[in-house]
Amino acid sequence: MIGISKSFGSTRALVDVDLQVRPGEVHALVGENGAGKSTLMKVLSGALEPDAGRMVLEGEPYTPRGPLQARACGVAMIYQELSLAPDMSVEENVLLGVEPMRLGFVRRAEMRRQVQEALRLLHHPDIHPAARVGDLSIGAQQLVEVARALAADARVVVMDEPTSSLTQADTEVLFKVIRQLRDAGVSVIYISHFLEEVRAIADRFTVLRDGQAVGTGVVAETPTSQIIRLMVGRELEDMYHRTRHEVGEPVLDLAALTGEDIPLDADLELRRGEILGIAGLIGSGRTELVRAVFGLDPVASGEVRVLGVTCTGWGPPRMIRHGVGYLSEDRKTEGLAGNLTVADNLTLSRLEPYTRFGLLSRSRMKEAARRWIGRLGIRTQGPDQPVDSLSGGNQQKVALARLLHQEADVLLLDEPTRGIDVGSKADIYGLIGELAAQGKAILWISSYLPELLGVCDSLGVMHRGTLSEKRAVADWSPEAIMEVATGGEIVADEITAESEDPLGRTGKGGV
Amino acid sequence: MSQTETQGDLLLTDQPLARRRIMNILGPMLGLILIVFAGGIAEYFKEGSINYWSPQNQCMILTQTVVVALGAIGMTMVIISAGIDLSAGSVIALSACAAAYVVREVATPGVSTLAGSQAVWLPLVAIGAGILVGGLAGATNGLLITRLRLAPFIITLGMMTFARGLAKGVANMQRIDAPMNWISQFTNANLSLFRLDVTWGPMSWFGPVAISTAVLVTIVLAIAAAIVLGRTRFGRHIFAIGSNEDCARLCGVRVERVKWGVYAIAGALFGLAGVVDFGRLSVGDPTTALGKELDIIAAVIIGGGSFNGGVGNVFGSLIGALLMAHLRNLCVHLGLPNYVQEMVVGAVIVVAVTVDKVRQGKKE
Repeated sequence: MIGISKSFGSTRALVDVDLQVRPGEVHALVGENGAGKSTLMKVLSGALEPDAGRMVLEGEPYTPRGPLQARACGVAMIYQELSLAPDMSVEENVLLGVEPMRLGFVRRAEMRRQVQEALRLLHHPDIHPAARVGDLSIGAQQLVEVARALAADARVVVMDEPTSSLTQADTEVLFKVIRQLRDAGVSVIYISHFLEEVRAIADRFTVLRDGQAVGTGVVAETPTSQIIRLMVGRELEDMYHRTRHEVGEPVLDLAALTGEDIPLDADLELRRGEILGIAGLIGSGRTELVRAVFGLDPVASGEVRVLGVTCTGWGPPRMIRHGVGYLSEDRKTEGLAGNLTVADNLTLSRLEPYTRFGLLSRSRMKEAARRWIGRLGIRTQGPDQPVDSLSGGNQQKVALARLLHQEADVLLLDEPTRGIDVGSKADIYGLIGELAAQGKAILWISSYLPELLGVCDSLGVMHRGTLSEKRAVADWSPEAIMEVATGGEIVADEITAESEDPLGRTGKGGV
Repeated sequence: MSQTETQGDLLLTDQPLARRRIMNILGPMLGLILIVFAGGIAEYFKEGSINYWSPQNQCMILTQTVVVALGAIGMTMVIISAGIDLSAGSVIALSACAAAYVVREVATPGVSTLAGSQAVWLPLVAIGAGILVGGLAGATNGLLITRLRLAPFIITLGMMTFARGLAKGVANMQRIDAPMNWISQFTNANLSLFRLDVTWGPMSWFGPVAISTAVLVTIVLAIAAAIVLGRTRFGRHIFAIGSNEDCARLCGVRVERVKWGVYAIAGALFGLAGVVDFGRLSVGDPTTALGKELDIIAAVIIGGGSFNGGVGNVFGSLIGALLMAHLRNLCVHLGLPNYVQEMVVGAVIVVAVTVDKVRQGKKE
């Protein structure tokens, strides 16, 4: 891939990216969340068309017009989330879309033969082609995905975070398969956040940052710390204006809070005027923690205290009245009611002030909405505009305005800056600083370390449901956070003795 | 997801909500006017006169719409909440039978000495019984949907069959012949509360214009429902749930309670529709309103409702109901056979919704 560029509107997702993968090598593609890894792979698989640049596959120009054609050219994708039909058999899944046909009928025997051949190559003839895929273990399902790539006679196999749903043992199996593929002359592009995996399996690597390829090299010759520097390599820009604010008395206390699965035994103290960040990988239990606090998820044991009142398992309506606000990480599916207006969304969680004798005054609702639009600088045509016609950043401001409108004292913000443009991010950082100065307590979950380090007063890190102790932000380095987030200490001893900071990852899982 | 999703600070639509809302009603309204206009012309060319346009006929169409219209008011709420109620037709039949049962059992000499079907309070009890039975059926729907967390489609499909069976049981597999009472005056335009006799010279062509009480009740209830939907917390919560249930939940909306209320209210409205149906037929027929739920749903969808929830308005639904009643009536006036009528109505439902979809699509 040479000089690939891709923009979405004003966002430049890929800028002049070169990626060269040799036959029979495992090439690791690493980078932060949003660095452009997935976009690049979508271009490779034909799901997206690049704005500029060209691709060459085995000496031939390669311009796939869609995933099916890419597959025909020998480029196969294995996604992070399994993309199998669980109710169909192994053979049906392996050959889905490329079934051998004659006269419009599927040739069952030929199908069986091709699938058995692929499974034999994977040293797994024990997987029966007629087995229902949903009955297989996750590891075996992953193998079926690989078999799918093999059956298509793939020459380039892309694996996007393939181990995120695998156990240690299944990961070992997968690595063995990857080595077999490599030995058979297949090129594997391996996307991962886990640098110890990269070290274990990859021959060479390319680091993407902000849509640009910032470094490439041989894994064995590059210390992990250098890869991390390439990945993070960003200065804390002056985006982060700190508003002076004083930290007061505790308002939110968690005592050994345990959910049904995660979090485990979380202890936390959040004070008035404090901005407390929570870092961690996706699935580490950050979202589950705040959902349990807000009463959206069941609490198995432990206690939540807000403003001195025990409110474990209260549920959202009571929590809201008690002064707690929750901003969901997923604006589209949870955060906003898309086809309702800005005014409706903004006032939804507190309609009481506009009710008189049971009737709402829409004009007063709009008036209030207009005030908040002005205060937060929301770019909209007015309170009557449907919220899903706003840009991401402005939508997020509406969601934040709702928390402020409901007069929350404790704000639980889950990824408040995800997927919004840089300008809106800066606005939101400023706003959060102001809110802290007004004495509100803010719990901020983010996968983007620079903003946590730039905005928060203190920071905790979650790893597999466990929350680390909270420390002042000055006591954390990006490397130290990653170490805790990935449970790095243990692996550090085992794998990379020569490296000082063994593990690197910043964001959570890729796209 | 990644940051690349942002589409810059583009505002994708510039149509203010108020205008959209008016357009939503104006669309079906224009369709209705078109049908009335073209229908009259067609009848003139075919029959040489236009009975279809006569005020008497128009008033009759209004009365004929009442059952579907009342149902559509309830169904609008359900569909705005992103739900569906397939039991509407059966609940109408059940309530009609319940009302007829009360009138017959209580009024039959020997059972009650107070009797006399003309007793003013008796039909009141029957009306109450009909509404109550409908409300109970709806409340059961709501309870099962929120407790079992099953799709409304499944639960109300079950209720559809269950209520139909129950209606037949109540009626003992027959029709319930109830003595005459004032419920039937409900749908009788000549005994309406609103009656206007135009006797003045040139205007006397109009003859007496009388809108039946049932129509007036429907209009009052529609206005009430529109106020509830637009101007109360309950109403806004219904919209929020339909637009995005998870969002509503974390905004502190008591999602289960609101849904429960929606199905119960819708059930009560179906119950009232059943009472009207009983009044119109003067018998409680357990096989009445068969498939009516589909007419009702179609009315809501023609009127701008969406199965995705979060959209819909009561007046649009009423126009949708009226539009279908007009089509049926027009077919009769044009002397078209019954089967053509059904085909036309079916086609118009699809056309109306497609036109609406295209119109919506253009905006986005």
